[in-house]
Amino acid sequence: MTRRQRRTAAVVVLVAGVAAATALAVTAFRKNMMYFYTPSDLAARDVPVSAVMDLGGLVEPGTLKHGTGLAIRFMMTDCHHQMPVAYDGVLPDLFREGQGVVATGHLNADGTFVASRILAKHDSSYMPPNVARQVKAAELQGRKDCAAFKTLGDKAMTAARDAP
Amino acid sequence: MNPGFWAMGGYAVYVWPAYALGLAVLAWNWLVPEAHRRALLRRLDEDHEETRGIGT
Amino acid sequence: MWLWFHRLASPPSFYRFAGILAPWLLAIGLTAIAAGFYGGLVLAPADYQQGDAFRIIYVHVPAAWLSLLGYSAMAVAAFVALVWRIKLAEAVVVASAPAGASFTALALATGMLWGKPMWGAYWVWDARLTSELVLLFLYLGVVALNSAFSDPRAGARACALLALVGAVNVPIVHYSVVWWNSLHQGATVFKPGGPSISPGMLWPLLTAAFGFTMFYAAVVLRRMQNELLIRERNSLWVRELVPVVAA
Repeated sequence: MTRRQRRTAAVVVLVAGVAAATALAVTAFRKNMMYFYTPSDLAARDVPVSAVMDLGGLVEPGTLKHGTGLAIRFMMTDCHHQMPVAYDGVLPDLFREGQGVVATGHLNADGTFVASRILAKHDSSYMPPNVARQVKAAELQGRKDCAAFKTLGDKAMTAARDAP
Repeated sequence: MNPGFWAMGGYAVYVWPAYALGLAVLAWNWLVPEAHRRALLRRLDEDHEETRGIGT
Repeated sequence: MWLWFHRLASPPSFYRFAGILAPWLLAIGLTAIAAGFYGGLVLAPADYQQGDAFRIIYVHVPAAWLSLLGYSAMAVAAFVALVWRIKLAEAVVVASAPAGASFTALALATGMLWGKPMWGAYWVWDARLTSELVLLFLYLGVVALNSAFSDPRAGARACALLALVGAVNVPIVHYSVVWWNSLHQGATVFKPGGPSISPGMLWPLLTAAFGFTMFYAAVVLRRMQNELLIRERNSLWVRELVPVVAA
């Protein structure tokens, strides 16, 4: 081998090694590197229920109820399981029914997720209001796209979730 | 421009700083290497002037 | 073809070539950026959900796009520099790092300004934001490593090694929103089924992104010229060049 071929081999081996190590680490720790869990994760008892955690999903349309002051209750869904959420505080501008949200909080004894902070997660579509009106209002209202809310669960559950 | 444009629907405090930062980064990217090049050429000219003086 | 390439790759002819090309790229880049910003701020309609806050996209997305493109280009140059020991490739690595770092920082800063009103938080530790921050540290690491060496060739080789190893982060940044749950939304332009953004909003974005890319190329060429001047300050071509330019 020439010197240049040896250098090429060394560089390729180095990069492949680092890439393989990273891929292994990412696969092994994917669960711990999730920013939020989903209602399905909680239903599968896949996560510790008493601890403070982040829970993500859509605000199920038709379930948002206002209490006194800023208090609200709604059902969070990932199109597979639902979880009641209670919150009392300032909401981001994008918060509305059908919107993706990430709530920080904990489960209480009666199975309600008590949130101390709610963030809005917007989708990746951009359009002017008149176009949005033309895209049938009902379609936008009733639209439930849960692709952004990935469940860790076991393979069987993921398969069941992805089935049409 | 009408005042509605500058208000950015109430998001002026987020939109305008974002554009200001963008322009600042563009300016920094061009002006710093340009100034560096001028300084380099001047310094190299002086260095060469000295060595030429020694040579003759 | 190869002869032409070899002649271009020699430092004096590349210096002259870059000197001609850079101002043109700068002019094209700034024109496209101005058109993109005008289109984005004035002509594009407000978003149906985000209102006028979505206009931050015209700074944020081009900067984020450049942070990845710039790193990819730097990593390719690093590979060439390590294997073939080409001086120009070393200059690309050293010249890319500060410019790439600045656009990565811009992407992060404009993202924070966008996140506060829309999400409700400046920052969260989700996979996209965290991996983009790692990208910034990689760029800054290359800058710091280069300045730690007094011998420019040894410094460039160390930088190339770091740049190449750090390249594993580029696909992580891009696919972070697919592989993990994140607060950051998924891809809008490069996604299966075509862009999910209306045409009146898309063209200023593409124009601005093109402008940023041309501008970036101009900046890297200028920084490469500086690098060549420093490295070859005692060579004949620099001695011949300098009095003419400085006069």
